[in-house]
Amino acid sequence: MSSRTLKLPPLNALIGGALIGTLLVVAGIGAVWTPYDPLRLSFRYKLAPPSEMFWLGTDEFGRDVLSRLMAGAATSVWISVLTVALAVVLGTLIGLFSGYMRGWTDRVIMAFNDALLAFPGILLALGLLAVVGANKYGIILALGLAYTPSVARIVRGTALSLREREFIAASRVMGNSEGYTMARHILPNCIAPLTVLATSMFGYVLLAESALSFLGLGVPPPAPTWGNMLAASRPYIGQAMWLGIFPGLCISLTLLGINLLGDAVRDKLDPRMRGAR
Amino acid sequence: MNPAPLLQVSDLTLAIKSSGREVVKQVGFSVSPGEIVGIVGESGSGKTLAARAVMGFIPPAVARVSGSILFGGEEITTMPAKRLRAIRGAKVGMVFQEPMTSLNPSMTIGRQLEEGLALHRDLDAAGRRALILDMLRRVGLTDPEGALEAFPHQFSGGMRQRIMLASVMLLKPALLLADEPTTALDAVIQRDVMELMVDLTRENGTAVLLISHDLGMVARYCSRIVVMCQGDVVEQGPSEEILARPQHPYTRKLLAAMPLRGPVRAFEAGPTPIVAVRDLVVDYPGRQRFFAKSAPKRALHGISLEVKPGEVVAVVGGSGSGKTTLGQSIAGLVKPSGGEILFQGKPIARSEAAWWDYRLNCQMVFQDPYSSLDPRMTIGDLVSEPLRLVKSLTKAQKAARVAEVLAEVGLGDGFAERYPHELSGGQRQRVAIARAVVRRPSFVIADEPVSALDVTVRAQVLDLFAELQKKHGFSCLFISHDLGVVEQVADRVVVMNEGRIVEQGPRDAIFDAPQHSYTRKLLSAVPGLESTEDGGVRLFWRLGDSGQA
Repeated sequence: MSSRTLKLPPLNALIGGALIGTLLVVAGIGAVWTPYDPLRLSFRYKLAPPSEMFWLGTDEFGRDVLSRLMAGAATSVWISVLTVALAVVLGTLIGLFSGYMRGWTDRVIMAFNDALLAFPGILLALGLLAVVGANKYGIILALGLAYTPSVARIVRGTALSLREREFIAASRVMGNSEGYTMARHILPNCIAPLTVLATSMFGYVLLAESALSFLGLGVPPPAPTWGNMLAASRPYIGQAMWLGIFPGLCISLTLLGINLLGDAVRDKLDPRMRGAR
Repeated sequence: MNPAPLLQVSDLTLAIKSSGREVVKQVGFSVSPGEIVGIVGESGSGKTLAARAVMGFIPPAVARVSGSILFGGEEITTMPAKRLRAIRGAKVGMVFQEPMTSLNPSMTIGRQLEEGLALHRDLDAAGRRALILDMLRRVGLTDPEGALEAFPHQFSGGMRQRIMLASVMLLKPALLLADEPTTALDAVIQRDVMELMVDLTRENGTAVLLISHDLGMVARYCSRIVVMCQGDVVEQGPSEEILARPQHPYTRKLLAAMPLRGPVRAFEAGPTPIVAVRDLVVDYPGRQRFFAKSAPKRALHGISLEVKPGEVVAVVGGSGSGKTTLGQSIAGLVKPSGGEILFQGKPIARSEAAWWDYRLNCQMVFQDPYSSLDPRMTIGDLVSEPLRLVKSLTKAQKAARVAEVLAEVGLGDGFAERYPHELSGGQRQRVAIARAVVRRPSFVIADEPVSALDVTVRAQVLDLFAELQKKHGFSCLFISHDLGVVEQVADRVVVMNEGRIVEQGPRDAIFDAPQHSYTRKLLSAVPGLESTEDGGVRLFWRLGDSGQA
């Protein structure tokens, strides 16, 4: 098993790292400097194709697509990271607690959890957004809560199966407290499924944010995010396809990078993947 | 004088495709019609691969490098897939190790048994049904008609293995491959199933290729033995020859690893027992459903026993006897519903101080070394974890203690940095033992500590355990189903059946003069071994009155 992973260099880490690294640098630059003002309207150059002047073309209001992508990168990434972090932390706490307590506590929590899971995440987020209001932090809170149940489910399942393993019994025989056993033995062994889940969730959140923008409930215009740029491109897709292609490409490449990096991180954290010495 | 062999394997070499490593090296053996041949070896010896190759079942990652397999004069290795399928089942049958997974859980027994018949025999439904009922009756099912409509989960492991045997023998194959057929079963049932298999195959003139790690069992039932070690056949010959005069060093090592009775140790009658259990009752709560609760199941019906300082008390019994529950409740993992546990004369449930004193002084070694170690911790961390709760030691002292204990269990240099998956089963069990003794406990509970290990490794681990026990003088509750092991390590034996102690006493009394009928049944199920002067062993059945010894 390990001989195969040993022979390959960690290509996924290299490519994933390069993609995410580029993204972070661009987002960082975009926060302080962009080629043009991303909000400046200019009807003279509206819907201009990519050229020397506007590398990635302009949109229907003549705003530079590259500038908007750079400025939007920070917003999009920030929203996704915080959302995933919120869902993972909240979901892990709920899942661990539920899985370790079992009995009635578990049954009540999970009944509630499953009821939430039965709603499509985006519908749940819409409802929450209506309550908290459509702004950056409203989106994070709404999407984060919407994705919490699936994390809780996975962590609970893993915790339940780990509980039955003999090393948990060994920890109890040693005299360790329940809290310590959870933190030291159960949580670290939940990391592999959690990384996989978190990376794929990152993708969903980027897409959900664009879907919310599409419905007019995302980050309010004119502030650019990749999602609302993609959404705004729809009426012009026939005459100005660069409007949709470039934000779409940014989202895809980011997802690819995150997934590759997520796999690499999971392998790195798992001692079994480090190969025999 | 021999007739043409039914199966002739010669010069068979199998290798892993990716690395080219040879896992079966120029193996040759033969099986005559009606003969029972055993292949003995430890894990990694290639015994299962060699036998499966006979059916053309080799995993895709393994390739045949050379050699031939002649079955009834036909070459198996170059046979077209269609002809091979006709031979499988009809001419060669196979019984697997794990009765829990070798039957399809979502098909009734009747339909599963019918599959083979429908494929290989030209019979109508009524004829098939009659044959199946006959066979089910033959393997000892009390209600064959009912069994046809039943699903596998409704049967115990032993019953499933009988059904498996029935399904294979329905087709009256010329050769039966039995891969560890009784390893997953209870000692008492093991003998029943083995004897049924031998009788059935003898009736039908079926030859058997029995693959096992259990030398005693193989020697008992096989006329010839093939000993394999790391892909090589190191020795083969008639069973008595091999047992009495083993030629190869590896065979000798295997024989020497068979557990033998240790010397009797004396204990003063005086001191308070280190651990005493009084009328312990454990109920498992019934399954909680939303509106109803099924009745609780009583696993232990008032158990009382004592362990003196330095004494090794073995608890033996079949599966479901409650021996594991007893160990877990004494370890504090399962809450007893009645009775009490006393540590050095003080009831542990009465005061917090007594409980902590007990908790720090009682440790446990688990059965499965693959699941009892946290895969994300290094060996050093695993062994030092129990010391976290010992407040009297400084950090340096703790590190020194860990190093000392690791050296004691023979994992001195460099092992502390490794992870469990990098270790073999025997090494892992050493880690588990180190973890149990690092706090210098006065009482250790060992739940089947060697049943997951190979014979030679088992012998080493048992030696290590005995050595540590002598050095540190802890008392031990040794839970096991393996009477051979118990005979070697125990000072006193407690026999359990269905949640009750049926008999307890000094080891020699239990083994030589058992009183209770269950103890006698347990003892008569496993052959004993005695070493002879010239390095071989002699096989004998305990209790001469019990069967065809």
